[in-house]
Amino acid sequence: MTGERGSMETRDREVPSPLAPLLEAHRSRPGALLPLLHAVQEAVGYVPPAWVPFIAEALDLSRAEVHGVIRFYPHFRQTPPGAHRLVLCRGESCLARGAEELIAQAERLLGVFLGGDTPDGRFSLEGVYCLGLCGCSPAAMLDGQVQGRLTPRGLEAFLAAAQERS
Amino acid sequence: MNPARETPTVVYVPRDAAALAVGADAVAEAIRAEAARRALPLQLKRTGSRGLFWLEPLVEVATPQGRIAYGPVQPEDVPGLFAAGFLAGAAHPLRLGVPAALPYLQGQDRLLHARLGVIEPDRVDDYLATGGYRALEQALALEPPELVAQVQRSGLRGRGGAAFPAGIKWDTVRRAPGPTKYVVCNADEGDSGTFADRMVLEGDPFSLIEGMTIAALAVGATQGYVYLRVEYPHAYRTLTAAIELARARGYLGPDVCGSGRAFELEVRVGAGAYVCGEETALLESLEGKRGLVRAKPPLPALAGLFGRPTLVHNVLTLATVPVILAEGAEAYRDYGCGNSRGTLSLQLAGNVRRPGLVEKAFGMSLGELLYDYGGGTASGRPIRAVQVGGPLGAYLSPSHFDLPLDYETFAAAGAMLGHGGIVVFDDTVDMARMARHAFAFCADESCGKCTPCRIGSVRGREALERVLAGGPVEAELALVRELAATMRDASLCALGGMTAYPVLGALEHFPEDFTARARSGRPVQG
Ligand SMILES: Cc1cc2nc3c(=O)[nH]c(=O)nc-3n(C[C@H](O)[C@H](O)[C@H](O)COP(=O)(O)O)c2cc1C
Ligand code: SF4
Ligand code: FES
Repeated sequence: MTGERGSMETRDREVPSPLAPLLEAHRSRPGALLPLLHAVQEAVGYVPPAWVPFIAEALDLSRAEVHGVIRFYPHFRQTPPGAHRLVLCRGESCLARGAEELIAQAERLLGVFLGGDTPDGRFSLEGVYCLGLCGCSPAAMLDGQVQGRLTPRGLEAFLAAAQERS
Repeated sequence: MNPARETPTVVYVPRDAAALAVGADAVAEAIRAEAARRALPLQLKRTGSRGLFWLEPLVEVATPQGRIAYGPVQPEDVPGLFAAGFLAGAAHPLRLGVPAALPYLQGQDRLLHARLGVIEPDRVDDYLATGGYRALEQALALEPPELVAQVQRSGLRGRGGAAFPAGIKWDTVRRAPGPTKYVVCNADEGDSGTFADRMVLEGDPFSLIEGMTIAALAVGATQGYVYLRVEYPHAYRTLTAAIELARARGYLGPDVCGSGRAFELEVRVGAGAYVCGEETALLESLEGKRGLVRAKPPLPALAGLFGRPTLVHNVLTLATVPVILAEGAEAYRDYGCGNSRGTLSLQLAGNVRRPGLVEKAFGMSLGELLYDYGGGTASGRPIRAVQVGGPLGAYLSPSHFDLPLDYETFAAAGAMLGHGGIVVFDDTVDMARMARHAFAFCADESCGKCTPCRIGSVRGREALERVLAGGPVEAELALVRELAATMRDASLCALGGMTAYPVLGALEHFPEDFTARARSGRPVQG
């Protein structure tokens, strides 16, 4: 099946409307797949599996190739993310400053393990090996906002503030 | 009307991500609001960071005596600072004085990082006023072989980790046949405990752009890519803005500075895979594929991106090129010792009192860095272990603190400097857990191409989990040693190959953490 260029599933269907302009913008770039997947995830929060055949066809790749790339890179999601994305660092510098306790606390507060989404869809909890903020470990990122010298009380406040925003 | 009052006082607040992470935006806003409340004319400039992170947010004020620093400033300190007269550089408990006179900075050799925290990173004119683009001007007047020769004479070695002589690589790419060549900047900075690339991207992006342009002239490339990790959104914004500005001013594009030579530059963003920092995996990723490590040969210098000759360098290596041309190859070479020439960007992190960026000529001792600069641990407890060179770097004990920081000495001691990250641990660290972490990291990040790395890391993690749970120590440690040795000897790249460093280093220098474990049943995670 790897030789299949997506045509079976795309023949009778329209390209999903949010995807069409992204395909147009990226299809002729060299090495287009990663930038395209980034653009898709930025637009809708994840890479919808139903879009894979269209992406494959536009870039003249097999669906298996596209799927393999999505699965290889931890950044790409195949399901919608939570309303808020909390990324906790578990690199060595942050471990030296109490990151394990913060991770345990976040897992307890949110009721999911690192890598999970809360069932109510409010939070995605992710781990990362270094945010480059090791000068103020332990570090985290919430909805793209960076936080250093994180304390257990700070983490609680951080999460409460996010709840309020939603 | 008092004309003096009309001249706005310039106040500098960093916008480096690490400064933002400790509240720099809120401080900038508080300063703006307080000045407005007092009807004082004020101009805020947002710079990179000087890299004295325990003092961030570090605010500076331009006074007739020069810039005066205050820090660490919190928003609630701001009214008091104004009341004390900080706009005139007046006394205050947070006043630090002239930044360059702070011992942490005074002792450094800031060649590469001279502009960090000083200029506004999104202003070409700030860059020009501090010597920027003079090196490119020189380069445009030189023949490519002479450019390559200058880099060779400087003694520069790659700062990304492998420390390969840069000049040899440049020469290989320059001589490689073919009309299409590439220059690729490795800005994946995946090593924990490192942030110097990020600081350059956010605080002095034109130095990288200039370095890449010179490299392209030297090797005959017309297209460059920066492969930037997705965890660095601030760096992405600063770098892409700087590229636009450089293009608008004719420093990039079809006709660089009217020379008739073209150089285009594009940023591509990674997607969370550590292994894509390995140069061949990076090239696969740039081509839009999974980041699987390629077997070498062929060298990327001969068959790299899309099969073309490609010069791949770390951010710091490329940003050093303008320094070498501007200062002179011999002057740069005068810094350092042995075969480690120039300056090294050390990044102090972890449990350390004064975390930050220390640019120093090669040769300072590890202990000097940890105590004179770092000030010991943040917790006030003794330093017990130090990991040098990122997550694949060895764990060293205080018996190693006399080691001079240079490539060869570290290699001889079974360690490596890597990208210059130094992570400090106090005496509460459990080295068996850190060894387990090293295996877990490798298991998570393995590209999966070779069995020793893919399977061995999982088996190693499991064995150490059994040790941590109070299992039979001797048999498990024998297995761990065997796995680590197999991974070291039979892995295709350093991810699998060097996981042995932290694991065996922990076992060798801190055996008591493994052998004398209380059956405490401490939870295992992280
Ligand atoms: C697993 C692995 C990860 C690496 N990560 C990085 C990285 O994040 N940044 C980097 O510059 N080099 C990294 N390297 C080293 C690169 O393979 C390569 O040596 C370097 O980019 C060459 O540039 P330089 O000559 O300027 O050091 C990594 C190597 C390995 C094996
Ligand atoms: S050592 Fe690990 S990361 Fe490196 S090529 Fe082999 S499987 Fe991939
Ligand atoms: S190790 Fe946590 S930010 Fe670098």
